[in-house]
Amino acid sequence: MNYHSPSSFEEASAIAAQAGGTTRFLAGGTDVLVQLRADIVTPDDLIDIKHIPGVKEIARTDGGGWRIGVAVAGAEMTECAELCADWPGVVEGMDLIGSTQVQGRATLVGNLCNGSPAADAVPGMIAAGCTVTVTGPEGTREVAVEDIPTGPGKTALAKGELITAVTIPARGENGGDAYLRFIPRTEMDIAVVGCAVNLRLDGDTITEARVSLGAVAPTALLVEEAAQAIIGTTLDDAALDALAAAASAACNPIDDKRGTIEFRTHVAGVLARRAAKIAYARAKGENA
Amino acid sequence: MALDGQKTAYKYIGTTPNRPDGLDKVTGRARYGADISVPGMLHGAVVRSPHAHAKIVKIDATKALAMEGVKAVITRADFPEGLEGEDWDIQENCMAGEKALYDGHAVAAVAATSPLVARDAAKAIEVTYEILPHVTDVDEAMKEGAPVIREGAADFSVPEGLHPNVVRYFDSGRGDLDKGFAEADLIIERSFTTEAAHQGYIEPHACLGQMGADNRGELWVCTQGHWFMRRMSTAVLGIETTNIRVTPSEIGGGFGGKTTVFIEPLSLALSRKAGGKPVKMVMSRNEVLRATGPTASASMDVKMGMTKDGRITAAHGTFRMQGGAFAGAPVDVTTMLAFANYDIEHVHHIGYDVITNRPRQAAYRAPGAPMAAFATESVIDELCRELGLDPIDTRLKNAAKEGTRATFGPKYGPIGFMETLEAAKAHPNYSEPLGPNQGRGVASGYWMNWGGETSASVAISEDGSVTVSVGTPDIGGSRASMALMAAEAFGIPYENVRVNISDTGALGVNEPTHGSRATYASGLATIRAAEECIGKMCKRAADKWGIDPEAVVWEDGCAKPSGPNAGEFPPMTIAEIAGEMGGTGGPISGHYEDSPAGFSGSFGTHVVDVEVDPETGRTTILRYLVVQDAGKAIHPAYVEGQFQGGAAQGIGWALNEEYIYGEDGRLQNPVFLDYRVPVASDLPMIDTVIVEVPNPGHPYGVRGVGETGITPPLPAVANAVRDATGKRICKLPLRPSRVLAAIQGKEV
Ligand SMILES: Cc1cc2nc3c(=O)[nH]c(=O)nc-3n(C[C@H](O)[C@H](O)[C@H](O)COP(=O)(O)OP(=O)(O)OC[C@H]3O[C@@H](n4cnc5c(N)ncnc54)[C@H](O)[C@@H]3O)c2cc1C
Repeated sequence: MNYHSPSSFEEASAIAAQAGGTTRFLAGGTDVLVQLRADIVTPDDLIDIKHIPGVKEIARTDGGGWRIGVAVAGAEMTECAELCADWPGVVEGMDLIGSTQVQGRATLVGNLCNGSPAADAVPGMIAAGCTVTVTGPEGTREVAVEDIPTGPGKTALAKGELITAVTIPARGENGGDAYLRFIPRTEMDIAVVGCAVNLRLDGDTITEARVSLGAVAPTALLVEEAAQAIIGTTLDDAALDALAAAASAACNPIDDKRGTIEFRTHVAGVLARRAAKIAYARAKGENA
Repeated sequence: MALDGQKTAYKYIGTTPNRPDGLDKVTGRARYGADISVPGMLHGAVVRSPHAHAKIVKIDATKALAMEGVKAVITRADFPEGLEGEDWDIQENCMAGEKALYDGHAVAAVAATSPLVARDAAKAIEVTYEILPHVTDVDEAMKEGAPVIREGAADFSVPEGLHPNVVRYFDSGRGDLDKGFAEADLIIERSFTTEAAHQGYIEPHACLGQMGADNRGELWVCTQGHWFMRRMSTAVLGIETTNIRVTPSEIGGGFGGKTTVFIEPLSLALSRKAGGKPVKMVMSRNEVLRATGPTASASMDVKMGMTKDGRITAAHGTFRMQGGAFAGAPVDVTTMLAFANYDIEHVHHIGYDVITNRPRQAAYRAPGAPMAAFATESVIDELCRELGLDPIDTRLKNAAKEGTRATFGPKYGPIGFMETLEAAKAHPNYSEPLGPNQGRGVASGYWMNWGGETSASVAISEDGSVTVSVGTPDIGGSRASMALMAAEAFGIPYENVRVNISDTGALGVNEPTHGSRATYASGLATIRAAEECIGKMCKRAADKWGIDPEAVVWEDGCAKPSGPNAGEFPPMTIAEIAGEMGGTGGPISGHYEDSPAGFSGSFGTHVVDVEVDPETGRTTILRYLVVQDAGKAIHPAYVEGQFQGGAAQGIGWALNEEYIYGEDGRLQNPVFLDYRVPVASDLPMIDTVIVEVPNPGHPYGVRGVGETGITPPLPAVANAVRDATGKRICKLPLRPSRVLAAIQGKEV
């Protein structure tokens, strides 16, 4: 195995483009190193991106949004009070990952590019409308988070491409987001279902919404019908019912040791309701 | 309760000093199994079957042996033939012979100069399998046409006409069932299943073995019992027991799972084949879950009758258990203890021990008892509900007490079951108001405890401090308890006693720390050995004073003349006697050995409050109370620790822990991510009440407390979920999907 420690994204991309066998980028390593030890994936080339300048920064964008570096650990996001105030749902998705030790290493982009359908930070990013900057041999492009995963363990990144930053849009007025996951225990578990809701209000009425589901299909989903079910409503019972039904209808899960199809489909609706209520309360400025 | 000849006032017993091993453990100085390293050491790795059931056609190690750093490869051909009975089972389990019998079964092992080389070499060993049909479920394995794991495995107890996978059969009872059921106003019969649960100890199995061509050697190992380890390892290798000296390491949990052997004989065989170089072996968690012993899974039918006023009139239970590919599922204990809490005239138990393509079960905390309790205590709960009776009052009405003839035969001596029920009823948790979707469950349990072969020594040091040597590894704070008992016996401070766990070369045979016996049996031996020392010290003082030894008494760490008639001499402290012992007759030590039979069982009653999310079926434990009889709590904090640990493990078994097998017979969840033991945040602080009804068979009244605590949680939690949801679920675990399906009115 070859270990590389490039000092720029261009160099990282060039190494990846030339590498022959299995290549992995090393961010926090909480997936890569675990898979290595467990004999699941033994990379031929391991490209450590933590030494590239700027990767540990959390910065405001010109438009009032956020740029999160690709080596920013979960714990650093949780400690950023302004980010938490703007996007509690995005931060709580990341914060749910692993233990205190894992939080000191794990990153948003690692969670996204590991390609798990159950990745906890992904639905929150999708609901928030996050994009990622992708750099590769063909240049640089901006891609919506929902377009990155293409299947379990698979991403839309071409050979030699890597992500250089995550952009979270400006929060704006009267917005709120939330992420909930279902696990049998209280922590150290994989989401059986995950759901993020992001919405904006005009008075009591929802004017914009994005709903994303995790662990119920080969990739995290952006569920347009679920958003439509609550836009224009005050999140009354009928709207919540319609939301739950749309969320359940969007599910295409597998039956496995972590949950049955029936259970996942039902719980997706339950979590959508609950997450929407929290996002709504947050949009109203309530502590939820 | 005062008992003849039993102390009731104590100076040290009942206090809670720091454990002597605590500092070592929190500073990393304690040496566990994997911490032992010696120069020139090799590392072992095991090749394991990926199939549930397969004929081993060929093992080709050519490529592995050609790798740089590879020193030895062993297969079953490196072990002697002709073993019988349990010895053969152990050998076959440590290293497969003609067939791989379960996913994870060892088929070859390799020793190399580094762990990585060993791992790569293990991958390079080519095994050709012929896959056979498999069965992993106990009920399926008994059915006509089920794959036969091994012809001729059944013993004499099995009636004709049963499937060859049924290897032992138990049938016991008394009274007249028909008569008993006829007296009942209500009869309830239900079928139950529980899944296999792993002990889940944090420290994986680890050892370092060294053996020469002369078949002599040493084993450093993490184990609950090093004499067992020695006997089993040498049996597997076909050599004499005393050829191997076994030294136990600190132990990071065992719960019964470390009372047998897995990799240890392999390390010795690899060492011999590698020219006597020591071989270290450390299991991964995957290996622990796939190839060491979880407990058995069970399928059970229980029928009980009750009168309107709550008297149990008759009980019948059929228990089918699989414990992997070998005889040994603890169904004998299950049948013994199923109804043992109660005074029942008409009772009958039937047990089937069934073999399947799963790893060989190992003991797990009260082996066999929790499953039975799940079935019987659930049925009692149903009876109470339907008859409108209070679950604690009903248990009180039927509770076994001193003089009751146990459902398994003998008469109980002084026991504390009623006391646990009364304390549970009086505890504030039992009257705490419940909110919506919340429910309360009550259940009781029992473990009979054990004495076992025991040998211990106590030696007086030159400065008057004391060394206690016992042969029972300290798995739950027993060194602190031994030190307290020695301090009490000598009348010297706790800090002046040091307790060692001796190797197999230093004491007579000791059974492992199992059966909740260490504090009882090694404690008893410690006290008796201390008394022998005291006798000798009194004699030294008597000689010095020129009086009769009988005229000397021992009090508060000193020899004293027994009264004015004995003469006027100032007391001699233990330090004074010890300081001159070289000139007064030589070293002073005491020794005691026995298979003490005065052990006595411990009853417990648990009360749990849960909240069930009606939309997801997820259960949260709100409150949990353990009330249990300790006889006498030597170190109350460690007694509470045992209560809480048993409850935590039982809650895990009840809610989320299970062995999940795929269609292919492979274990689907050999990792802690998916084998879901409770994490700290899943549990509330577990409340405890220690009941003390002294055991007359121990000088200070000790009963074992280690195992009873895992027995009530399975039914207690299920009863609470019933209370919260209105649904009786007869299958464990109560995972959210199952509870939700029940709430939705589906068949579960
Ligand atoms: C104990 C434990 C608990 C966990 N609990 C959870 C949990 O609750 N929920 C959950 O979702 N996950 C969990 N995980 C998984 C893991 O921690 C997360 O997926 C984490 O976010 C991965 O981030 P990382 O920085 O460690 O990624 P790494 O392991 O460094 O990388 C992961 C993948 O992303 C790729 N990658 C990394 N950076 C880039 C980049 N800039 N461009 C392109 N590709 C890149 C790598 O090639 C690799 O394939 C857990 C892991 C452990 C060990």
